[in-house]
This record gives sequence, structure tokens and C-alpha cells, in this order.
Amino acid sequence: MALATFLQHVLNALQWGSFYALIALGYTMVYGVLLLINFAHGDIFMVGAYVGFFIAAFLLGLGTGIPAWIILAVTIVGSMALTAGVGVTIERVAYRPLRERGAHRLYLVITALMIGLFLEYLNLSTLGAADRGFPELIPTKIYSVGGVSFTNVKLIVIGLSIVVMVGLELFLRRTKWGMAMRAISYDKIAVPLMGVPVNAIITVTFIIGSSLAALAGIMYGSAYHVISFDMGIIIGWKAFIAAVVGGIGEVRGAMVGGFLLAFIEIFVVALGSVPGFEWLSSTYRDLVSFTVLLVILTIKPTGIFGVARRQKV
Amino acid sequence: MRKYYLPLAVLFLFVVAIGGSWLRIFNDYWQLVLLFMGINIILTVSLNLINGYMGEFSCGHAGFMAVGAYVTSILTVWLFADDKVFGPPVLPAGWAIPLFPVALVIGAIAASLIGLLVAIPSFRTRGDYLAIITLAVNYIIKSGIENMEVIGGPRGFVGMKRVMNGMGDVFDVPWLLIWTFIGMLVTILIIRNFTSSTLGKGVEAIREDEIAAELMSVNTKRVKVTAFMLSCGLAGLAGGLFAHGPGGYINPGTFTILKSTEVMVMVYLGGMGSISGSIISAIGFTLLLELLRPLGVFKWVLIPLLLVVMMLRRPSGIMGSKELGDVFPRLRKIFGSEEESYVLASD
Repeated sequence: MALATFLQHVLNALQWGSFYALIALGYTMVYGVLLLINFAHGDIFMVGAYVGFFIAAFLLGLGTGIPAWIILAVTIVGSMALTAGVGVTIERVAYRPLRERGAHRLYLVITALMIGLFLEYLNLSTLGAADRGFPELIPTKIYSVGGVSFTNVKLIVIGLSIVVMVGLELFLRRTKWGMAMRAISYDKIAVPLMGVPVNAIITVTFIIGSSLAALAGIMYGSAYHVISFDMGIIIGWKAFIAAVVGGIGEVRGAMVGGFLLAFIEIFVVALGSVPGFEWLSSTYRDLVSFTVLLVILTIKPTGIFGVARRQKV
Repeated sequence: MRKYYLPLAVLFLFVVAIGGSWLRIFNDYWQLVLLFMGINIILTVSLNLINGYMGEFSCGHAGFMAVGAYVTSILTVWLFADDKVFGPPVLPAGWAIPLFPVALVIGAIAASLIGLLVAIPSFRTRGDYLAIITLAVNYIIKSGIENMEVIGGPRGFVGMKRVMNGMGDVFDVPWLLIWTFIGMLVTILIIRNFTSSTLGKGVEAIREDEIAAELMSVNTKRVKVTAFMLSCGLAGLAGGLFAHGPGGYINPGTFTILKSTEVMVMVYLGGMGSISGSIISAIGFTLLLELLRPLGVFKWVLIPLLLVVMMLRRPSGIMGSKELGDVFPRLRKIFGSEEESYVLASD
């Protein structure tokens, strides 16, 4: 494989991994605080993309007087805020009552699955099954350096996801709220007794997770220009797997897991065009990537960054 | 006399379901509903062993169903049907009648061997990490089948209809329903007897506290391997039956996470660790899906909402971890054995 082609694939993998990582963050944060696999998260990503789509379409429909960067900013902020609202509403209406009744943890997981189905089919039944073209919010420019061509959108996606990860890690390590989140994931009984408002922390967690999913949704729309009602299903399940492989509950884990999964996927497909590897058709993508992840989890059952907690007897 | 009541009740159900289908009192549509009910009961009761009794979170049941479906159908099509890939039938159609259950059992065994893929990692991992492994195994199985061109790859596998028609030509009875009914009975019996056996009590001990169970001399590895292989094998049985349904067609797209989700919903709706709960919810859920069919896409908006509301009303499923006999002691008096009712009377 020529170097230029290789770098091209690396860039593609970084972009694809950014989406996995941004979604995996939402899984990992909710899991850290609540020990809940929020299976509705992939569909929150879809909701974010659609909310962004409608805001952008509305603003673009108003006329040409508005500068492009204002439309972009309003779309991102508006979609993040509204999607965060959706996430918090789901938590308040469906998860919190169950939690307060002391239902088994797995019932919460099933409820999350149901919420996800509900969001998908609500979208399908009200907006129809057709894909929607996402407006070009960032005017695409194509650069070419040494045979590697890339768009400005690709760079923005990669850059933004790295900034978000670093920011989130700083938030968790340096601020009082971040410390409270880590404390709750460390001990669920003693920490609330120390006066940490658990429900407020949970709300903040859902706000952060859902707004990041919305950001990922808008970026996805800008990068691939197509959004559909089922866009969150496969990517959501895979992001969850990425989060677990990285070590669930860890921001670094979500990032590493997301990029790892994307690299395997992109390079399995890319290898198919290399002489000697023609048998490796792109349909082997899932097979290879999940086998690798299965092997990683079998060798290190708590994920790459996960720390095995000692069990008390 | 009393100990014959339960077998008689089962026999009665069998006669109603099969006789009704044979005499065409139930039309094709209701026969299909009955078939799905039976298959869903097998799937739900078998998954309950892992997700309910053992308290693990396996979300790849459809994968094992796929293994059973493909292995069984390849066998039956190769043996009894004229097929493009496998050539003319190896055996005359009459042989299909005694050998069909053998093919089902072989499919189940294949699925239970694949179940080892999940059972072995489960020695070291628990909870959500195991959930991921089952999820990954589901993807791997589906993707593996898609890459096998011989059996149709992503386009799917056909020919089972010819097998069923061949069996029908020899003896015109609803063969598939008969075997589904028997498979359902066998599943319920196996799971009921297993969970009340010494090994099966180990399953519940693992749910409560794995380390304590190990200290109390429960061989956790053996318990886990047995439970996973049993559960996956029964899923394979359900898959084999499913593949021979009226469509006579399977493709890897049927056995996705969504199918697994459906089974999980039925398990938790019925209650973790309750066989009668699983049966009730499998029947109820199948009927609900059919009743809401006229709504079209809106069905899938309404069903999740209904289920969320039900979860909020009954946070531990319809039956919790109780059986029908615990809720209605009268039933136990009528259907239970002599000793059981004696214990009940002396309480």
C-alpha cells in the first residue's frame, strides 16, 4: 500500500472513529454514574441529527441574509440544547421512577431499549422512511497534500472530537462536578451520604452525554450529507462495544475503543484492494473487527483502560 | 388420579392446537400465530435460564437461533429436497418424517457448541462485559453466515418448503406444528427440571453471589458451561423450527440484535426466573404483535410505550420470580403431585 493511500485511510479512520468515540462517551458517562447501559443513546444521536436538520432547514428557509457561521452556530447550540432536553426527559420519565422503586438493573436496560425503539419508530411513522439530505452547513473545501486529499469538514470533525475529549477529561479531573461524578461511580452508597446531590449529578451526566451525541449527529450529517431514522442503531451498538473494549466508565477508554474499532473496520476494507489480500472482501468487516474485540476482551476482561475492582467477600 | 391432570391438560391443548389445524378450523394465519407462539416460548424459556436464573445479560440469542436454523435446514434440504447446490435428494421423502427431529437435534447441538464461545469467556467476565461478548458473538455469527456463499450468503437459504411439502405428501398432518409443540414441551421440561436439580440450584447461587457459591463448593465453571450450552442449544432448536415455517426461507438479516431484543423483552416482561411468566409473556407478546398489526408502523411506537408503562407499573415483570402455582395455590392443589399438596396442606 502506497504511503499516500495509507494516510488517506488513516484520515478516514480518524473521522469514522470520532463518531464512535463521541457516542461512546455518552454510554461511558451514564454507565459510570448509574451502572446503566443506556441503549437509547444511539437514537439520541439520531434525534440530535434530526433536530439539527430542522433548525438548519428553518434558518436556511428564512432567506439568504443570515451569515453561514451564525446558522452553523445556532444549529449546533440549538440542537445540543434540545437534545439534552430529550435525554433529561427520558431520564426523568422512564429511568428515575424505576430506579426509585428499586427495580433490577436489567429492567432499566430493557426500558432503555424500548425508549430507543420508540424514538426510531416515532421518527419513521411521522417523518417517513426516506433518507434526508443534510444541508451543507460548512462549505466544503477539498485540499490535497502529497497525494492525500481531504476536506475541511474531515479536519473539523477530527479536531472537534479531540477537543471535546480533552475538555471532558479536564472537566472530570479538575472541577467539583467532575469530581462528584467520579466519586459516585466509585461508591454509590457512601458518596450520597456525604451530601453529594445524586439526582442533580445524574441530570448533568445526561445533559453532557446527550449534547455530545447531538454534536456527533450534526457532524455526521455534515460529513456524509445523509440522515435516516435508523442511522443510530448500528453505530450506537458498535459505539457501546467500543466503550466496553476501551474500559467502560473511562473517557480515555471511549476514545481509544472508538478509534480502534474504526481503524480495524476501515483497514479490513482497505486491505481488500492490496495484492495478496483480494479474498478479504469488505463483507468481512464485522467478522474481523468483532473477532479482534472478542479476543481483547477475553485476554483483558475489563477492557483496555478498565481497572479490575477487587471483590469483597 | 390427580397426578394425571397436568398431562391430560397438556394433551388437551395438543389435540386442540394440532387437531384444529388439521381439520382447518384454524386457517393458515392462525396456524402461523400458533407456530410463532411455540417458537417464542422456546426462545423465552431458554433465555430465561441465562438472563433470569443466572442473572447474566446475554443479548445474542438470535445468533444461536441462526446457527440452529442454518444447520437444520442445510441437513433437511441436502437429505430430502432437490436443490441447486446439493443436487437431488439423498433419501426418499418418506424418510423425512422420522429424520426431521434428528435434524432438529443436530441443529440444536451445533448451536450449543457455538454457545461455548460465550460460556468460556464467562469464566472470567461477568455482567456488562459478558453482554458485549454475546453481542459480538451475534454479529460474528451473522457476518460469518453472510460470508458463506455456498449457503446463499446475504441472500439467504431456501428449499425448506419442499421438505415440508414432501412430508405433507406422505402423511397430511401439520408436521411443523406437531414438532413445535413437542419442542416447546421438551424445552419447558428441561428448563424446569434443570433449575430444580443440584446443578441448576448452582445457577441461582451464581446469580446471588458467585464467590460465595464457589466457596460453598458449587463448581461454577461446570454450571456455567452447562447452562449456556443448554440455553443456546434450545435457541438452536427454535431456529430449526423457525426455518421450516411457511416462508421456507431464512436470511442472516432475520437474526439480528433486534430479534435478540424481542426475546429479551419477553423474558423481562414475564419476570426473571419464572418459567410460567416466560410462557405467559411469550403468548401475550405474540398476540399483541398480531392484534396491533393493522396499525402498521405505529405498532412499534405503541408497543415500546406500553412496555415502558408496564415496567413502571410492575418493576419486576408480570410474575416476578414466582411461578403460577405460587400465585394461585389452588392450581397446585389441582395439578400438583400428591406430596406437594400434602406439604401445602400441612403449612
